[in-house]
Amino acid sequence: MRLQGISALLAATALASGLTMSAAMADTIKLGVLDDMSGVYTDLSGPGAVDAVKMAVEDAGGSINGNKIEVVSADHQNKPDVGTGIARQWYDQDHVDAIFDVANSGVALAVQEVAREKHKIVMFSGPGSSDITNSKCSPVGVHWTYDTYGLAKGTGGAITKSGGDSWFFITADYAFGQALERDTAAVVTADGGKVLGEVRAPLSTPDFSSFLLQAQASKAKVIGLANAGGDTVTSIKQAAEFGIVSGGQKLAGLLVFLSDINSLGLKTAQGLQLTESFYWDQNDETRAFSKRFFERNKKEPTMVQAGDYGAVKHYLEAVKAVGSTDPDKVMAAMRAAPINDFMTKNGKLREDGKVVRDMYLFEVKKPEESKGPWDYYKLVRSIPAAEVTRPVEESACPLLKKG
Amino acid sequence: MYVIPLLGIPPQVLFGQLLLGLINGAFYAMLSLGLAVIFGLLNIINFAHGALYMMGAFGAWLMLEYLGIGYWPALILSPILVGAFGVLLEKAFLHRIYKLDHLYGLLLTFGLALIIEGLFRNYYGVSGQAYDAVPDMLKGGYNLGFMFQAFGINVPRMITLTYGFGVALAAMAGVLAAPIYHVSPLMGSDIIIVVFAVVVIGGMGSIVGAVVSGFGLGLIEGMTKVFYPEASNTVIFVVMAIVLLVKPAGLFGKSA
Repeated sequence: MRLQGISALLAATALASGLTMSAAMADTIKLGVLDDMSGVYTDLSGPGAVDAVKMAVEDAGGSINGNKIEVVSADHQNKPDVGTGIARQWYDQDHVDAIFDVANSGVALAVQEVAREKHKIVMFSGPGSSDITNSKCSPVGVHWTYDTYGLAKGTGGAITKSGGDSWFFITADYAFGQALERDTAAVVTADGGKVLGEVRAPLSTPDFSSFLLQAQASKAKVIGLANAGGDTVTSIKQAAEFGIVSGGQKLAGLLVFLSDINSLGLKTAQGLQLTESFYWDQNDETRAFSKRFFERNKKEPTMVQAGDYGAVKHYLEAVKAVGSTDPDKVMAAMRAAPINDFMTKNGKLREDGKVVRDMYLFEVKKPEESKGPWDYYKLVRSIPAAEVTRPVEESACPLLKKG
Repeated sequence: MYVIPLLGIPPQVLFGQLLLGLINGAFYAMLSLGLAVIFGLLNIINFAHGALYMMGAFGAWLMLEYLGIGYWPALILSPILVGAFGVLLEKAFLHRIYKLDHLYGLLLTFGLALIIEGLFRNYYGVSGQAYDAVPDMLKGGYNLGFMFQAFGINVPRMITLTYGFGVALAAMAGVLAAPIYHVSPLMGSDIIIVVFAVVVIGGMGSIVGAVVSGFGLGLIEGMTKVFYPEASNTVIFVVMAIVLLVKPAGLFGKSA
């Protein structure tokens, strides 16, 4: 129902028809970045994600074996029908070899099916639903940066073990929120906690006060926010106004991005625990990448944007290794090679498409601990990959069973 | 102390939710009032209203961030500035199209809304800004004192001023919303569709209708959030459909 929806659609159509004309060139390697350019997830993926992809292409020299690498991008407006429309056009008519990012699980699950049908590669960095590599896994789908299973284990597990044993969920009412709530509830119950209730809020709700009061009335020790982006920001902000945290209940932001903390300010966000796979200020390598990114985008990268860089780098290295963009050969090469870049150490692409990687539990600094803009997190602990990856025996993905 | 649950939930929760419904209703009423005034006198369907509401909230945030101006002065200054911007819009664009079909006004203001929202999104991103200047005495309470009088004066200059006033109302709602919701470029488009539904339900151009249906729908939406939250962003449109079926001119509208 957004106003900009119509204009964005027109822009996407114009963009798409422009692409058709230039698509005939044969030997280009074409990467499509499909994400949210105008809605609630713009700041965590958006134009920054496109730039991260361009950085990876530049670092690869802009071409492989004389074949130029080209990057196209489009706005899926958080609508699965718009997203699949663009994906079909890209794969079918515009000769796009692989699609990247696809922030928003609803769109991602739909695009996963298009990619499966066309047998073309898609590498997800933005979406969270663990279904992407579980029941909906695909031989050509890669889930790169994080998933709801890892978030649930990271943040949910840490809070339950430290005494937060009764939970109430405020859940974004679509694929991602439901998956996050389900995965976290499983962790809470497994660790001996109880789930007292949940409320499903529509995506992009401007006012969470009603849901927060219901959470308050539940008397749960922990209010789990199974939402993302603008919805998380609004719920944390309003929870502060209603004095929910000072009243003794703990907020668990199950998916919080750096851009959200930047928008909330440390005064409101301090003390929040969150799980991410990347923070710009972790070590010299992450700082070096982030410095470059900052100079181009005037903000520090989120894990989604950093993940886009890593995914493109790994993809292009595989293309170079096999000397082809054939999806099966490239997938095999990506599975065979260990993933090592500034963000990922000894990562591995599993048969179900999940990138097995370490995650990190962070806590948001108090205002007096922060040295300045973007100095927001302190590390609580590194979580080994085995803890935050769904074990093969629990997986519903048939691709894991055949070997 | 044991309290008898009413409709399956404890009374203090129910009343808390009713209060929240009234608060949201006040925002709907305030925004739809501006829309109703503009439509009643100017015959313009002002799609830019949400964007101007957002400008009001951003005005307050910018004043705090760069000039150190607090909440109370901003509550006056921001609507005046945005209202003046509204006067400019009217002088530059709107007065050229009064005699044309409604559709032209709708398209023009829709375009203006997209431009304004796009500019803010470009400079401030979509995640929004934290507005920290909430006076303690205002936490949880809102004071809406309005005087309704003499809206029917039909002198040409009044037209410009009416648009400015309607816009200033939107901006004022924006400043009021700044500490409660998040100040974000998208906040206008999030609310404007709902507000249009409120205006349609109340009856286009009816001031009483705008206020009554604003509060009423705030309450209905608040209750939906308790009993069936999944439908909370659609319930207003369901009500709109029913009202239009039964009374096409809206609850307080004069049939054409």
